Amino acid sequence: MTLRVKDLKVYYQTLRGDVHALDGVTFDLADGEIMGLAGESGCGKSTLGKSLIRLDSRMRHVGGSIELDGKDLPIADDDAMVPFRYHEISLIPQYAMSALNPTRKIGRMINELLRARGLRPADIAEELERRLELVGLDTDVLNRFPIELSGGMKQRVVMVMSTLLNPSLLIADEATSALDVSTQRSVAESMVEFRDRGYVKSMVFVTHDISLVYQMADTIMVMYAGRIAEKASTSTIINNPQHPYTQMLISALPEVGSTAEETRLEGIPGTPPGLLHPPTGCRFKDRCPMAFSKCNEQPPLLEIEPGHWAACWKTG
Amino acid sequence: MWRYIGRKLAVYLLTFVVAVTINWMIPRFMPGDPVRSMLSRASISDPEALERMNSYYNEVFGLDTPLWQQYLSFWAGLFRGDLGISIMLYPEPVIDIILRSVPYTLAVLLPAIILSWIVGNRFGAFAARSKILDNTILPVGYVLTATPYMWLALLFAWAMGVVLGWFPVSGGYSYSLRPAFSGEFVWDLVMHWFLPFLSMFVVALGGWAIGMRNMIIYELEADYSNYLQALGAPRKLIRRYAFRNAMLPQITGLAVQLGTIIAGALLTEIVFNYPGLGSLILDSLTNRDFFLLQGIFLFVVVGVLIANFIIDIVYVLVDPRTRVQMTGGAA
Amino acid sequence: MTDVAGATGADKAPAPEPAAERRFSETLHFARRNPKLLIGSGIVLTLLFIGLIGPFFVGDDPNAYVGPQSEPPNGEYWLGTTSFGQDIWAQFVYGLRSTFLIGVFGGGVAFVIGTAIGFVAGYKGGIIDEVLNMITNVVLVLPAMVVLIVAVAYLDARGVFVQGLFIGLTSWPWAARAVRSQTLSLATRDFVDLARLSGRRTWRIITTEVAPNMSSYLVMTFILLFGSAILIAAGLDFIGLGPTNGVSLGLMLESAVAWSALQLQMWWWFIPPGLGITTLVGSLYILNVGLDEVFNPKLREL
Repeated sequence: MTLRVKDLKVYYQTLRGDVHALDGVTFDLADGEIMGLAGESGCGKSTLGKSLIRLDSRMRHVGGSIELDGKDLPIADDDAMVPFRYHEISLIPQYAMSALNPTRKIGRMINELLRARGLRPADIAEELERRLELVGLDTDVLNRFPIELSGGMKQRVVMVMSTLLNPSLLIADEATSALDVSTQRSVAESMVEFRDRGYVKSMVFVTHDISLVYQMADTIMVMYAGRIAEKASTSTIINNPQHPYTQMLISALPEVGSTAEETRLEGIPGTPPGLLHPPTGCRFKDRCPMAFSKCNEQPPLLEIEPGHWAACWKTG
Repeated sequence: MWRYIGRKLAVYLLTFVVAVTINWMIPRFMPGDPVRSMLSRASISDPEALERMNSYYNEVFGLDTPLWQQYLSFWAGLFRGDLGISIMLYPEPVIDIILRSVPYTLAVLLPAIILSWIVGNRFGAFAARSKILDNTILPVGYVLTATPYMWLALLFAWAMGVVLGWFPVSGGYSYSLRPAFSGEFVWDLVMHWFLPFLSMFVVALGGWAIGMRNMIIYELEADYSNYLQALGAPRKLIRRYAFRNAMLPQITGLAVQLGTIIAGALLTEIVFNYPGLGSLILDSLTNRDFFLLQGIFLFVVVGVLIANFIIDIVYVLVDPRTRVQMTGGAA
Repeated sequence: MTDVAGATGADKAPAPEPAAERRFSETLHFARRNPKLLIGSGIVLTLLFIGLIGPFFVGDDPNAYVGPQSEPPNGEYWLGTTSFGQDIWAQFVYGLRSTFLIGVFGGGVAFVIGTAIGFVAGYKGGIIDEVLNMITNVVLVLPAMVVLIVAVAYLDARGVFVQGLFIGLTSWPWAARAVRSQTLSLATRDFVDLARLSGRRTWRIITTEVAPNMSSYLVMTFILLFGSAILIAAGLDFIGLGPTNGVSLGLMLESAVAWSALQLQMWWWFIPPGLGITTLVGSLYILNVGLDEVFNPKLREL
């Protein structure tokens, strides 16, 4: 296993109290696994992505552990996390368009980063150029400023830069959301190729839109209101979801090959509960058509078949 | 980028025309007849000189020529470097008097601007490092920018000049000395220069420190800073980037602040009776020498425009983004 | 963010409040805890109070020769007297009053011009924006103080309002620029689009949709213009272009220098007026930083 997350709790501190953004999250990520992490906005998926690499100033690690390649990650200790960052865990941020320093040539910026991380840029230069070519970029981009590149080019530069040290875990946070559809696809393909070539061992792809990841992800994990609803292989999630929330999420997707006129998109009625004072029991119960008395107790996340986990009294 | 410089030049040219027009209009359209009253009050004892001057101004402000002709001849005079004749130092041309004062003003102004910019930026970047520093440097910076230039000049003159007696508080050099290239005279010049310079420098410092502090905090929250932090880059590298990027708007800020700083220099000179343009303005006001005053006005405007243009060029050279647009290298 | 715990003591979810009300109460909460805002506004209000009621206690003519000459501060003349025997405390309170006046008036004129130009340029765009931008840039480049010196010098009789008007006419450009860029970012938002589609008049959209959404920003702009008007006025007064027969903090500095208070070591003559200006404007600026932190949640964390 690359990654083992056990009962992770990360809260946001706000004036009005703690927001329970991650409230007991447990999952594993196998070697070589590309996991899509999906859910509505505010469900905690981005918080989970951030928790794996760097908590921001308002986030507080309340409990639980993260284990990467058998080593405990000290996520609450910003300084102690530094050795892991880039080398072991890396990130393709949501804002890849603006992730590069606008006043540095790209090559120089990469070199400065490498040197700051105690590496010799010359040792890596060849590999860097090879990978740029792999994603279809001219090595000439190294002599350019970010402003001279298109959005898709910047995205690819960030991808190459983030994975240059062959990290065990790559977190891609809505990494393709800002791109047009055809660029999205080619970036997604490059990511799979990077995994296949061993540039990254495994990957968590955070997205609000399952249709963006189901072609590339091996597994999909669905989160709801700070907890995991269901995790299974992509085909299981798409074709045979068990958790009522996942079912509604999947049925809201347009079917492949059909047009919008034929299938009316079904939204899920209601809104997710606020996480400042989360309700007890199953957090989906207020919107769930199948809710019954037992749902006032919190359902455990159980492995209902090998590799398929769900947290619902109806599936257990 | 050539477009950028072209636009800037157009603005400066337009500004110059506006300034000249204001200059031409004010004495002609102000209520009353300021020129007449000025001439009648001018302290020229020699009746023949007064007669000559009256005819000179009748010619310049001639009521017998139409306004547009006056306006054109005003421009024509300008291009000949003719700003008129001073009343207070009749018959010296205004331009000569101004040129005599300019070196003093520049000697105070240029080092004060450049040094306060550099040091202020350093302080500001430093302030953004921690909450404690921020909470001390920031209020001090704001109080400094709120200080009227002339008041700090007065305080310095009083404390270091009058009370402690370290520095002279009046004039550009001691009256007992003749201007010469002797060590004694140069030392005397420096001693007289120091307090005006120092008080300008200190007031200007605060504004730059605050500007830098705000810009650098903005940059430290920028996406590229977050990305580098996520990749474990040391604070040092991120700060270096943020500092450099925060410098760029500070260069533009230099252009915007120029007018205020020049005004500050003029006021400071008056406190120290320093023989630059500021004291000259005061003299021309007390002697109601409006021609001299207007000459100074035009001179300062031209100076500001030139300085602005220099700053624009520097900005283009420093910011790769404008440079890139110049070569049209966008993919 | 140290005082988060116990912000809402109850364990049960509070009844949902309207968002606007909640934002208001949250802003108030931060406002009460922001030392910069509290200290800054405390000092400004104290000075305002002195300027408002002080003159009622010190006699009608602050320039009258009332006491002994060149007296240092004492029990009777709190700030001493000038070399003509004028009461400096009396001059100070009257000067404070006119300083507020010039700030409100000069800053107000600049605010009206600057925001009007900024709104129209940012909202209308196109050729109107280009032209207004050009005008703004021209006035921005012109050194305001020097223009003022030349313009004001020709006026034979000057009052606070004329001075304020001239200051306002020359110091609006940066405000116009700032408001323009804020308006630009608001003009593309949905609610403004909606208002535009519903066929409302431009001016109504600006006053009902755009301006209220940047009200905190406008308040801060006014405060900065207020402060800079005070500083410019003080400079003009100091050169001798202040209100004729008036009294102001800048004029006090001028006469102190003109009558050699420096050489005579009459520090009580030139320290109070400058200190008054510095304290007032400095407090305004610090208050502004406080406001910024209160209104802008991003800055609260620091």
